[in-house]
Amino acid sequence: MYSEKVMDHFENPRNVGEIPNANAVGQVGNPKCGDIMKIYMDIDENEVIRDVKFKTFGCGAAIATSSMATELVKGKTVDEALKLTNKAVMEALDGLPPQKIHCSVLAEEAIKSAIDNYRGNGGKSVHEGCRKDCSACPHANNE
Amino acid sequence: MNVYLDNNATTAMNKEVLEAMLPYYTEIYGNASSKFYEVGRIAENAVLEIRERVAKELGAKTNEIYFTASGCEADNWAIKGIAFANKDKGNHIITSQIEHHAVLGACEFLEKNGFTVTYLPVDSEGKISLKDLEDAITDKTILVTIMTANNEIGTIEPICEIAKICKEHKVIFHTDAVQAIGHMPINVADLGVDMLSLSAHKFHGPKGVGVLYIRNGVKIENLIHGGGQERGKRAATENIAGMAGLCKALEMANSDLDKKMAKMRDVRDRLIAGIKERIPYCRLNGPSDETRLCNNVNFSFRYIEGESILMLLDMHGIAASSGSACASGSLDPSHVLLAIGLPHEIAHGSVRFSVSEDTTYEEVDYVLEVLPKIIERLRLMSPLYEEVLNGEKEAK
Repeated sequence: MYSEKVMDHFENPRNVGEIPNANAVGQVGNPKCGDIMKIYMDIDENEVIRDVKFKTFGCGAAIATSSMATELVKGKTVDEALKLTNKAVMEALDGLPPQKIHCSVLAEEAIKSAIDNYRGNGGKSVHEGCRKDCSACPHANNE
Repeated sequence: MNVYLDNNATTAMNKEVLEAMLPYYTEIYGNASSKFYEVGRIAENAVLEIRERVAKELGAKTNEIYFTASGCEADNWAIKGIAFANKDKGNHIITSQIEHHAVLGACEFLEKNGFTVTYLPVDSEGKISLKDLEDAITDKTILVTIMTANNEIGTIEPICEIAKICKEHKVIFHTDAVQAIGHMPINVADLGVDMLSLSAHKFHGPKGVGVLYIRNGVKIENLIHGGGQERGKRAATENIAGMAGLCKALEMANSDLDKKMAKMRDVRDRLIAGIKERIPYCRLNGPSDETRLCNNVNFSFRYIEGESILMLLDMHGIAASSGSACASGSLDPSHVLLAIGLPHEIAHGSVRFSVSEDTTYEEVDYVLEVLPKIIERLRLMSPLYEEVLNGEKEAK
């Protein structure tokens, strides 16, 4: 079902953890959908992403796409990182099953959310992308 | 070490079962409906004998046993067949929210075709309420279909009591006993049901063969039209090897059933107790008493998701299943877990371990050694668990 690269990034995820003094923190997804990604970045004065870490609640593909997305933006400038697409994450993982494509979308959004947080308010609080209000969330099917 | 703990999904076939089947692929290859030569007559007699033996195991009459290609077909036939045969009497069917998709899918199909269906809710352990059932019955009700035991969380429903209520109201009662055979005594006369579905591969028989028991006198429309097999009720050349396999597996499942049930219960409880002892923030789904299927264990592990647990278990040689949305291939987690009231995020983190009479202590102990590490590893990756840890720190 999964490519070898997905299995590798699931089994040995890169950049797992937190950055205590991160100046960019973003979180997307919600528990109702079954996946949440949280990204921490340490961005230097030249807007280079010096370090990036992630924490993810989700399936194998959610963990693998988080891992790959952090690998793809590490060492890049903020502007370069904003160009990251879900397609690029998928290609780097040698593809995903169709029902898992949304995981790569979430990974792209997680990176953007962290940078948005960095640009928006200097990066102390968690991005407001998830208000834990499933009824207001476009990702949740409102019942 | 390879440990197979997905026996509610399917089971390994017994060697004796395979041996009982093999002659019907080679020497006794005749069509049971071709009676004018010997190899056909031998096949016909074999079918008669097999049907008799299956009937005896279920406490039924020989002419009440109908072979099908699966449990799924048996369920579909029972529900659609009763609906179409009784549409002049009424158009209302009662089932529960936690039925197998075979039952729910057939009911949804009927809803699109002029029938109305009541889906009874269940309590936090997965049991329907007899009062709800009685209240739901109207003069339009033609069928009640409630499973004997649930495949995900192992809840055993009060089948005898449901049968009594249906009899009082003169409504036909069908039960999907696919998970029950081999895990509890099943006798149609004792249960008082009008129809019952079973599937051979759930009790160490072959895949591709099931039975629908239909009590004499129950009027039912055909699902599969064609030839005159199964006394004109279900067309298709008899799958004699499959029937022989089902028959042998059923006899083996029922022999020493008490002893096997006690053994499975023992192994099951060792696993349940071990998980509770070693893993915090988890919850046993389904009943904790004698109304739990002797081979079923289902836990929700909070703050993590089921598919990633299954993948890590698989890397350690352990086969289990999950009710998470990812594992089920849909957006929502299992309908059973939602029906017992679990919030989505807890349902996503559920794993089912189902044992067989062959599961050993050693295998359970291996799972108990591996599982806590897997859960901890995924939790340390989870932003939800991070919030819990931060909360604990603050609390101190």
